[in-house]
This record gives sequence, C-alpha cells and structure tokens, in this order.
Amino acid sequence: MRLAPVLRLILAALCLFIFSCSRETPPVKSSARSAGPPASGDALVIGTIGDASNLIPILASDAASHDIAGLVYNGLVKYDKNLNIVGDLAESWDVSQDGLVITFHLRKGVKWHDGEEFTSRDVIYTYRVTVDPNTPTAYAEDFKQVRNAEALDSYTVRITYDKPFAPALASWGMAVLPAHLLEGKDITKSPLTRKPLGTGPYRFKEWLAGQKIILEANPEYFEGKPYVGRYVSRLISDLSTMYLELKAGAIDLMNLTPIQFQRQTATPEFTTRYSKYRYPASMYVYLGYNLRNPLFSDKRVRRAITMAINKEEIIHGVLLGMGQKAHGPYKPGTWAYNPGIKDVGYDPKVARQLLAEAGWQPGPDGVLAKNGKPFQFTILTNQGNDLRIKTAQIIQQRLRAVGITVKIRVVEFASLISNFIDKRNFDAIIMGWTISQDPDLFDVWHSSKTGPKELNFIGYSNPEVDRLIEEGRGTFDQEKRRRCYWRIQEIMAADQPYTFLYVPDALPAVSARFRGIEPAPAGIMHNFHKWYVPKMEQVY
Amino acid sequence: MLNYLLKRLIMMIPLLLGITIITFAVIHLAPGEPVEMQTALSPKVTKETRERIRKFYGLDKPLHVQYVTWVTRLAKLDFGRSFASDNRPVLDKIKERIPVTLSLNIVALILEFGLAVPIGVLAARYRDRLFDKGMTIFVFIGFSAPSFALAIFGIYFFGVVLGWLPLSGLHSLGSESLPLLARLWDLAKHVILPIGIVTFGAIAGLSRYMRSSMLEVLGQDYIVTARAKGLSERVVIYRHALRNALLPAITLLGFSVPGLIGGSVIMESIFSIPGMGKLFFDGVMMRDYPLIMGILVIGAGLTLVGNLLADLLYAVADPRIRHGKG
Amino acid sequence: MSNKGQTSYFYDVIWSRFRVNRFALAGAVVVILMFMVALLAPLISPHDPAAIDAYHILLPPSLDHWMGTDDLGRDVLSRMMHGAGISLMVGFVAIGIAIVIGTVVGLLAGYYSGWADAVLMRFVDIMLCFPTLFLILAVIALLEPSIWYIMIIIGLTGWMGVARLVRAEVLSIRERDYVLAARSIGASDLRIIFRHILPNVMGPVLVSATLGVAGAILTESALSFLGIGVQPPTPSWGNILSAGKEFIEFAWWLSLFPGLAIMVTVLSYYLVGEGIRDALDPRLNR
Repeated sequence: MRLAPVLRLILAALCLFIFSCSRETPPVKSSARSAGPPASGDALVIGTIGDASNLIPILASDAASHDIAGLVYNGLVKYDKNLNIVGDLAESWDVSQDGLVITFHLRKGVKWHDGEEFTSRDVIYTYRVTVDPNTPTAYAEDFKQVRNAEALDSYTVRITYDKPFAPALASWGMAVLPAHLLEGKDITKSPLTRKPLGTGPYRFKEWLAGQKIILEANPEYFEGKPYVGRYVSRLISDLSTMYLELKAGAIDLMNLTPIQFQRQTATPEFTTRYSKYRYPASMYVYLGYNLRNPLFSDKRVRRAITMAINKEEIIHGVLLGMGQKAHGPYKPGTWAYNPGIKDVGYDPKVARQLLAEAGWQPGPDGVLAKNGKPFQFTILTNQGNDLRIKTAQIIQQRLRAVGITVKIRVVEFASLISNFIDKRNFDAIIMGWTISQDPDLFDVWHSSKTGPKELNFIGYSNPEVDRLIEEGRGTFDQEKRRRCYWRIQEIMAADQPYTFLYVPDALPAVSARFRGIEPAPAGIMHNFHKWYVPKMEQVY
Repeated sequence: MLNYLLKRLIMMIPLLLGITIITFAVIHLAPGEPVEMQTALSPKVTKETRERIRKFYGLDKPLHVQYVTWVTRLAKLDFGRSFASDNRPVLDKIKERIPVTLSLNIVALILEFGLAVPIGVLAARYRDRLFDKGMTIFVFIGFSAPSFALAIFGIYFFGVVLGWLPLSGLHSLGSESLPLLARLWDLAKHVILPIGIVTFGAIAGLSRYMRSSMLEVLGQDYIVTARAKGLSERVVIYRHALRNALLPAITLLGFSVPGLIGGSVIMESIFSIPGMGKLFFDGVMMRDYPLIMGILVIGAGLTLVGNLLADLLYAVADPRIRHGKG
Repeated sequence: MSNKGQTSYFYDVIWSRFRVNRFALAGAVVVILMFMVALLAPLISPHDPAAIDAYHILLPPSLDHWMGTDDLGRDVLSRMMHGAGISLMVGFVAIGIAIVIGTVVGLLAGYYSGWADAVLMRFVDIMLCFPTLFLILAVIALLEPSIWYIMIIIGLTGWMGVARLVRAEVLSIRERDYVLAARSIGASDLRIIFRHILPNVMGPVLVSATLGVAGAILTESALSFLGIGVQPPTPSWGNILSAGKEFIEFAWWLSLFPGLAIMVTVLSYYLVGEGIRDALDPRLNR
C-alpha cells in the first residue's frame, strides 16, 4: 500500500514499520522450525502504544487505526511481497498508451462483511468522499490529480488524469469504503468510525475502548478464510511493559528496540519461543533545518553541522550497529537510490573551517558567535521515541565540540505537529519519514508544498529539484525517472537541507508458534492471512 | 440533619462555580487557540468548519462571555466533543472510564483502612516495641518508595520472573467465556499489583495518624480511670480507646476522595488500565481541550459530592456536628 | 521581647527532644549528606554527567563507573550526584512557594475571620477538589516542560494543607493572653500577626514543609518518569529511572540506584518531619 504523506509521517514517528518494511536480501531469521499442517484457529495478539482513534481510514492519521483498518478493508491494488503492484479488489486493469486513463476491472462476487455485494459504486463513492472538501482527510492529494472517475458498469471503473501521474496506480491502494452504508451521510459521524465494515480478511468484532480491539477471520474472504482465527490489538501504553508482556507470552508480536534485540533476547530461552527478524526498515531519520531561519540559510553552515555529526557513532550507540547511514531520501538498494553519492563524513576540523568561512568565529569560551550573537538553536523531537531522543543528545554533544550550543526539547507528537511544525515554529527537528514504494518526492520536497500545514515544512526550495520532481512524476519511464531522482540526490548532498542520519533496521519478533511467515522485501505482515498455528500449539 | 444537608447542598453551588472558574483559567493559560489544535492534524478542514468551531467555542468573543457560554452549556451537561480524531462526546468517553478508576480506588481505600487502622492501633498499643518499630519502617518504606519503580520491579518480578501475575490490562484474552468466579479471579490477578502498590504507598499516612491519635487517647483521664477500674487491657483498648481514636480518622477519609476520581495516572499508564487517569494523561498530551476541561470539572465535581458524603458520614458518627453549627 | 526569649527556649526544647529520636537523627544526617553531595557535585563527581560515550553503553558497575553507565554511556554515579541537586531544588523551591502562600492565606483567614475567612477557605475547598496531579499535568503539558514551571506548579497546588493548618493554629493562638495583651496596648494587626502569631505557627509549618519536600521530590520524579518533567540531558533521579525501566532485566543498576536514592531521601525527610512533629507535641512528652 502506498501511504499518504501525513500517515507516513506518523508511522515514522511511532516507528511502527511492520506494514511497510522491505529489503532486498533475505532477512535473518534466528529460529527455524518444521511446519506442521496448516490449521485454523488461535489468535495473534499484538500490542499497541496508542488506542486507535477512528477506524475509517481516510479520517485517521494514527498507526494504531491504520493497522486495524488494513485488515478490515481492501484497496483496488496492493503491493505484493516483492513490492510489485498487484490486484486486490481489482482483478486487472488497463492503462492507456499515454498513461492518462486507467480502467479497473473489479473482482466479482466480493461481499462486504454484512453480505452486500461490492461494486463500482463503492469505488466511485470512496473517490468522491475523499476529494470532498468537507471531508476532513489528509489523503486527498493524490486523488485530486484525477480529472474524472466513472463507473462503466457494476464491475468496471475508468479513471482519467489530466497529465501523466506516475504514482497514479499505487494511489488506488487506498481502502475502498462501503457506499451502501455511507452515501448521503456525514462520514465523520458514521458508526463505522467505531465499527468498521469492509471486504478484508478480518471482520470487526469488538472494541473495548482503552483496552483492546478484536477482529475475527472472515470466512468469506475472497482469497480464502485466514487460518488465524482472531487478531487482537491490545493497548499497552508503556513500551517496557509491552516488552515484558512479550516475554511473558501475553503478546505475540512486537518490534524490538536494538538493545532488546541484541542484549535482551539473544538467549536460547527467547529464541526457541520467538522468531526474530531483521531487515532495513523503509524509513529514514533526519535532522531537518528550518531554512527560513537565517541561522541555516547558508549551505556551508548546514554542511558544517553534518560534518560535525558522527553518524557512525549514532548508529553504533543508538542502533547498536543495526542500521545504515542515510545520505538521501531513499533506501540503499532500491532503484531510485543513487549509490554514487558519497557521505559527507565526520570531520569536525573542516566543519570549524566552514563555519569560520561563514562568519562564525569562536569566542574565548569556544562558543561560536557572529556579530556578537552566539550560535545556538533548539532541536525538537517527538516523545515516545527513545532512539530519537538519544540521537539528539549525541548530536548535542558533537555540536558542542565545534562550538554550537544545542538545546533539546521533547514534545508529544500531535503537539509537535500542530504547535511547532505546522506553525513553522522550530529551529531544527529530528524526525523520520517512511520511504514510500513510489519514489515521488513531491509532497516533502517541492517548493509549492511549503504552505501552512504542508509537508515541506523546512521550506526547501530549489528550482532544479522542483523541475526534476515534476519530470519524475510526469513519466512512466523508470529509466527517465531514475535519472531525475539520482540527480536530485546529488543536489541534496550538496545542499544538505536535512542532515540525513540513518536508515534503521526493523526488528520484529513473532511468537514461534506462528508458521507460514514469509519474510520478503515487503516485511512479514504481507501474507498474514496465510499464517497459521499447528493444532497442537494453539493457545487461544 | 435535613437542615444540615440542605445547607451543605446550597454551599455546593458557589464551590461548583469556583471549580469551573479555575478549570477555565487553567485552560486559558495555554498559548494558542483550541481551534488550531482541532484543525491541526486535518489539513482539509475548511474555513467554514474552522469558523463553526470558533463559534461553537465562542472564541471570537471576550473571555467573560466565553466563560458564561461554556458554563451554560455545562449546566445542560454538554461537555462538547473530543478533539481526538474519534470526535466522540467527552461525556461518553468519561463515562466509560469512571467505573474502572472508581472501583479500583475504592478497593484500594478499603484495603488501606483495613490495614492501616489495625497497624496504627497495634503500634500504639505496643509502642516502642519491636512491632511498632518494624511497622514504622514498613510503612515509611511504602510511603517513600516511588510507586512507579515499585510497579516496574513488581511487574518484572511477579509477572516475568515468577510468572504468577499477568502484567497489564484488566482481563486476560478469552476471559469473557469463563464462568463468573474464574473471571473474577482473572480480574483479581490483574489488579493485585496496582492496587497493592497504591495501598502500600497510602498506609503510612493513616497508620501514623491512627498511632498518634491512639496514643493521645490512651493518655486521657478516662482511659486511666478505666484501667484503674481494673478493666482488661483488651477492653480498654478496643472498647474505649479505639472508638474515640477512630473518629478523627474518618476526616482522613474525606481527604482521600479526590484520589478516588483522580486515580493514579502513573499506575494506570504502567499497567495499561483504562481509567480516568490514563484518559486524562492522554488528553493532556494531545491537548484535547474539551476532554481536559470535562475531566477537570467532572472530577472536581464528583469530589465535591464525595466530600459531602464523607461529611454526612461524619455527622452521623459524631453527634456534636449533627447538632452543632456544622 | 519576652516572647522572643520564649521562642528560642522553645526551639531548644524541641532540639533536645528531636536529638534523642534516632530515626529522625538518622534522617537528618542523610538530608545533610544529600545537600553536601548536591552542592559539591561539580567537584566530586568522577565524570562529566553529560559526557556521552556511544561505545560504552550500559556497562555494569565497575571501579571506573561505580554505578555503571546508562544507555548513552554516561556515568550513572555522576548523573545521580547532579540529579541530587535537581531533586533538592525542586523540593525546596516548590515547598517554599507552597509555604508562603499557605501561611499568608492561613494567617489572613484565621486572624480576620468573617468574610475573608469564608472566601479564602472556600477557595481552599475548591482547590482541594481537584486531584493535584491532574492540575499539574494540565498546566505543564499546556505550557512547556521546564524545571521552573514544575517547581512553581507543584508549589501552587500544594499550599492548601498549610493554609488550613495555619488557620487552625491562628484561631487558637489569637485568643491567647499575650496576643490579647498586645492588642490591648494598641499594636497594629500587622505587628501582631508577624511578631506574635507567626513565630508560634512556624513549628507545625516546619513539619508540614519537611513532609512537603518529600512529596515534591516524589512528584518531580513521577513527572520525569512520565517524560514531562526535567528534560534531557539534565539528569534527575526520575528521568534516570525512566530511562532504566526499559533495561530492568539486565541493567538493574539504572533502575535500582535512582529508585533507592529517591526512597532514602524521601524517607529521610519524612523521618525528620515526624521527629520535629513529635518533638513539638507536648502530649507525646516522654
């Protein structure tokens, strides 16, 4: 699934990348067991830090809600385990020669969980409600590129675009909503916000607010009834408690922290009970500068800051080595990633020189100053992510060594977005972006996206990058797109609008009683409906 | 008695108003407008919506007008809708959380009294003896040990190392299908740690109070007389002294009332208990203004009622108040 | 003037009674030790409490790091020493504020009675209706977490008990002979309050202040534990413990030392407070 930008931001913030992870080499799996015959039954219990808020996916922007909705709803298309776009509710599709018209042929005989049949009406409704200006959704942007969406018959939908739009197909991975329950009603007040009803492998059973959400297998799922009988999402608001719950066997799956992965779960006692996986997450963590702030307007200064930061030290100290240096917005190994870019590298001496060139001279106390003003700024980051807070502290120490005073402020995520990022009220910020499968950079890097509440909140504006982004999303030719994105990475390496810090590894652990897990570039959850627990080992 | 009750009820009106004023003031300390929060995470909120919210909260009007509209709405039990993306009425959210917190804390309070009173009495009786000293140390440790540290150690030790207790939440998965008794046992296992830790922390205050008020009573003339009459120590202590020493302890009950509603934010967070404390903490972190205001007002209001009940209880127990000026 | 002599005699008696209470004395010693550690932390701490060493994280206690290192490779002992200062400062400033407000409100209400009393005491009743931690959380989260806000807010939500206590004392003292005498020779209200009443309520206030410091230290550590207290990289016992909870399984030193430090300190203040209370209480005369 392609995640809309705001969601990407949130997923990245919470560091829950189970549903969007990928890798190019086979993952490390630390325990292998013989598989018994597939059997129905049992339950997968996961822990979540925050309660879901709204189970209509276009209205929610938190990971907990989307994790649930992802099992209840389907899109027209989805990513398979190798991250190719394949049909989901659409059986097939045709793309016109010029790429401007997509015709989806829908699956026949798919039933909503209440027994109604799924038809083109649902698709058209979903499109209309998403672009409706009265719908408070963050996901309208891609659908706004659509000129016209029409139902040719009950099972055929034709989408027309004004100009070629590379992410077009992927954007139809958006969950399709049931028109027969929503049409003509105020979607924000619909009972579906608390009791979702979709076409997916799991049906909603109950939601005990503040405690858990229970889904049960949909016997009529069009790809066959899932083996695992129930999916339970338990709210465990404290991460250390969650880990202890995992150890006590009360939850079956969670993402481990690097320390848990290496130092706390490296025992035979743990590895016989849990399978651990490790693969690069589809996300990167960065230090972003508010480019409206004169402090950061000089690219020599930004470059100097990058040079003063030792990325290796961060990866070692924070990720215990389980991650890699980032130097651009793509994941190493993907086609858009430019392997020719050299990392700026840690060199405090040159950093000091660059700062001196930019007019920052050390005072008697070693603190840099220009025109009598000391070099001082605040790094903001979100609460609940210890890795980022630690990263901030390491950066603080390194920058102090070159004479820059850094303050750290940790703010709750929602408040960080609304009070600081949306208001452009920050100096620098440590955050993460999920790396989406389509390499389009429009939302985060195009200069037209610097408006209030838009995602280019650092205010980056480079005409050449703008042109390359437009060119890249306006063609379906992968080779052409690659050239655009490679060039963009060169420009960013010179500009240093962010200091790209690292791409962490995803480190999920799953109870060993679950079989059929197929680690793939898409992570482990892509075939959840094929997971099973042998009859002998079922616990619930 | 009826007169007293009536008087107390009338007194509640200015107090309730005071509660709303303080709540209103606390919220308006914060920079920025609630509207910006509500619209913040949904870039698609239209200008009209924003205006509608502004109007609803009366943000275009001067502060005192805002206050009056807000209080008028409160009087109709309209607490507004939560800013969280579930957008539910605040009252609904609070209603589903109150029973959990209230029942947990009442159990803890009963335990606290059940343990602290005997400890205090016995400590007074065996003053400066081993029991007294041992209990002094025990209750002081309970008071001084940070509850969150105890909780973490407790979870690790009883839940992980020994595997005796579940770690968090209120029910085990699938407990709904168990017979009633087994369900209660399941619930008990879940709450034993949080309630135990809260109780442990609270015993100190009451037991020390009981001890010193017992000591005071034991020094009184009528006790000396009773002893001189040759009454057995048991009768002296449990018949005569205890009754009089217990009375002031009831006032302490009144002081416990805010804790009943406020619950324990920390215990609820660590043990993932879906109570008021957790709801409030989350609301505060997300700056869910209607929820924060709603909980503050309802929490304080209920405390007021609780205080009234405690006072009535006291009045029933102590004739001097019943007939006195109150 | 006789009043003054009386007061110093009074304190002599209290001290002589306090001195024989071994628990209280032990508490006092710990409190003084903590003060010294806090004041001398910059001199005696073996390492820079902020020095990160990404290559030596979570080391167990050793000769070089007596309390081990934390998850950023910082020396825990040094952080504990610097954290002592933060804890004490929060305790004292917060309670200072609470005492000043509480005493003033109590004095005014008790001395003037009538309307002033009614209004002030209803205000106290109202404030007491709010669960304290709720008020603190609301204010801190809406403003920004800073150590100054924390101290002020703990103070602003902690004065009600003092006010009630002082008022009760004043009510009994103001009818005493020496106050009546002072009034009869035309002493001003202000003079009576400050010269004759205030010194005599200071005993119970001192007790409640000592206990209050213990409470404030606990509150600060709880806030830091919840992540909205003292912000990194400033060390406080609460946030060291909060960082340690994740590693309780194998890095016990990160939870144990700050947990113990909070406990011992709070316990000491409590013992001292109780000691003073007992010493003040003529009924418990030995």
